[in-house]
Amino acid sequence: MHSSIVAMVLAGGQGTRLGVLTEDIAKPAVPFGGKYRIIDFALSNCVNSGIYKVGVLTQYKPHKLNAHIGIGRPWDLDRKGGGVTVLQPYTYESGKAWFKGTADAIYENLDFLDEANPKYVLILSGDHIYGMDYMDMLNFHISKHAKASCACMNVPLNETFRFGIMVTDISKRIVEFQEKPQQAKSTLASLGIYIFNWDFLREVLIQDAKDESSSHDFGKDIIPKMVGEKDDIFAFEYDGYWRDVGTIYSYWESNLELIQSIPQLNLYNNSWRFYTRTEEMPPAYFGKESVCTNSLVSEGCEIHGVLNKSILFQGVQVGKGSLIQDSIILTGATIGDGVEISNAIIAENAQIGSGTKIGVGEYAENEENPGVYNSNISVIGYHAIIPENATISKNCVVHNGVKENATDNWQVPSGKCVR
Amino acid sequence: MKVLGLIFAGGRGENLGLLTTKRASAALPVAGKYRMIDFTMSNMVASDIRRVGVLTQYSPRSLIDHLGSGKEWDLDRKHGGLALLQPYMAISNKYWYRGTGDAIHQNMTFLRRSDEDYVLMASGDHIYSFNYSEMFNFHFSKGADVTFLYKELDETYNLSEYGQLETDSDGRIIRFEEKPSQPVSKKAFLGIYFLNKHLLMDLLYNTIPQSDGYDILLDVLIPSLNKLRFYAYPFDGYWRNTKKGINEYFKINMDLLNNEVRQQLFYTGNNVHTKLKDLPSPKCTGTAHVENSIVSDGCIISGRVINSIISRGVQIKAGAVVENSIVMQDTVIEEGAHVKYSIFDKECNIRTEKRLVGRKDDLLVFEKGSVI
Repeated sequence: MHSSIVAMVLAGGQGTRLGVLTEDIAKPAVPFGGKYRIIDFALSNCVNSGIYKVGVLTQYKPHKLNAHIGIGRPWDLDRKGGGVTVLQPYTYESGKAWFKGTADAIYENLDFLDEANPKYVLILSGDHIYGMDYMDMLNFHISKHAKASCACMNVPLNETFRFGIMVTDISKRIVEFQEKPQQAKSTLASLGIYIFNWDFLREVLIQDAKDESSSHDFGKDIIPKMVGEKDDIFAFEYDGYWRDVGTIYSYWESNLELIQSIPQLNLYNNSWRFYTRTEEMPPAYFGKESVCTNSLVSEGCEIHGVLNKSILFQGVQVGKGSLIQDSIILTGATIGDGVEISNAIIAENAQIGSGTKIGVGEYAENEENPGVYNSNISVIGYHAIIPENATISKNCVVHNGVKENATDNWQVPSGKCVR
Repeated sequence: MKVLGLIFAGGRGENLGLLTTKRASAALPVAGKYRMIDFTMSNMVASDIRRVGVLTQYSPRSLIDHLGSGKEWDLDRKHGGLALLQPYMAISNKYWYRGTGDAIHQNMTFLRRSDEDYVLMASGDHIYSFNYSEMFNFHFSKGADVTFLYKELDETYNLSEYGQLETDSDGRIIRFEEKPSQPVSKKAFLGIYFLNKHLLMDLLYNTIPQSDGYDILLDVLIPSLNKLRFYAYPFDGYWRNTKKGINEYFKINMDLLNNEVRQQLFYTGNNVHTKLKDLPSPKCTGTAHVENSIVSDGCIISGRVINSIISRGVQIKAGAVVENSIVMQDTVIEEGAHVKYSIFDKECNIRTEKRLVGRKDDLLVFEKGSVI
């Protein structure tokens, strides 16, 4: 049965609300949880569910993502039959190129699916963090004789306005769809995980491609249309951990949830491992003066300072007398001596000079992009170099690749940005 | 020039006692996430050796499981790659490997069929980071027949446990003594040899096997010391041989708490590859205190850890104290237990409030799966 299903992972999104974190890489390639990247969760769920034919649809700045996926070896997806295929936008005679929407992305790869000719197609987003057995959903789909199934989760009533809400009847058939409603009739939110019968989806996509009024999106066009036409579409209720780390704050919060004594996302489950491609580094070293509580510290780290409620990715160096709390430090960042960091995200390979303070002062609205940067969290971009004794207050942004000479005195008040 | 790598991994390492009852010394876990053989394997791969034969004999299950297809070392290849050379039975042969010389002799077909012209032989239970290419270049520049790698040992080694050599000013070996009771030289042979494959085959064919087995060094090579050009190349980095005993094994692990040793082994030289376990990053909870220690992936630390090496998947519960100890994979140290100067093999369980205190010169060692 397993070979009769193909997974298509939508990994082309930018995730604009992650600011500098996704300026140069696609959202699915953003690091998460000490050693993973966000797409690892969808890929690991696929192989753990026994799905070994996976297409990954890329579009926005895919280099990091392509290098990460490679031939799929960390996920056992380097296979003779099936395995992982990276599907990038391409041109043909009529000159058409980029994927216009999620449905269009699948439509453009009809050839890929025709060749595989599966019975079912699983459509996933590469942006979400969760551990889910897709076989449970497939069994549900088959038992309902459905043409399509949509995984849903109950959300608090006051958050329904952020989601696509499904209204179901007693048999779990979806009878109404509300996109980000003010007055929700249900609390079942769509998770963007769909199973379709392939012959059915094929027809739907061909029709949708001809429809010029459509935006070619599963959530906006395909699903509402199916519900409107009273097709056999059912809601599969999922009640485990699921996160869409769409914003800087939710990214920070979801990472830090992992340090709870029993986190909702279980990374330690032997029968449901999450796989990733990592650097090969020796285990973490804690120095004589290090104090480390409520934190994750990855391989290759050398810690000489004080850590509390923080996540350190691989190869992070923390100097003597430094104090890091409520922060996320990504791979390869170097923190000097006597540095104080709180409520910050330090991106890959950033260098923080000795004596620098990050996250001090009072909150102020961000001058550049308050839609993206609107919390107490300061973000230091990839490869940024911050000199000694700088002060960076709250809700600040130091852009990717900023050098020491980017500003004169490096006293950055809350809400300001350094380019 | 293509070089064939041969790794001796068949010995038990008797001095390691309980740690090697069920595994060869080459398969002994070290430095948190590695096994001893990773270092020699990684050195070979970094020196562009693309065909590696591993000679196994004593309890090889964990070693074979660890090496797998050689994928982690990029040795899963169509041409060359990893070959596990185990003793076998045939019409003409029904012996175990009776010494290192015999081990190679029994695999003459492997030597003959490989298209490499040179052979590098090394032991699977030494820890060091070295690019052998330096030694190859030296070998050719001296017009040597056989090149040995040696190290000038300092007072932290017991000289009488090592083979010693004397060289002339050109680096040619003029004298070799195997583990003499009175030291003849500080230059200790590291068990790493480089020579032409066809020369090695000739020497093996010309050696008459002794009934109790024969050794590649003492019975095959050294008798030709005066006939052939033997040279010695110096290695001056960190090098240790775990076979020497439990105290040596303990010292190796504790040496890794020294920044200089870590830099040499892991950061300045070759990448050290090992079998991946796909575990999450280690977690320190609110009651954790970790000081001068190495902690590997998949651990959950709630107790105090001081001057210790913690392998993958270990749990140290709140109130437990681990001092100057080595804790291997998946061991659990429960609430309030206090352990000091101890080595815990894999999957041990130290029950609540248990007190296990060894001494630096009298370490406590617990076998795999012990429940205390």
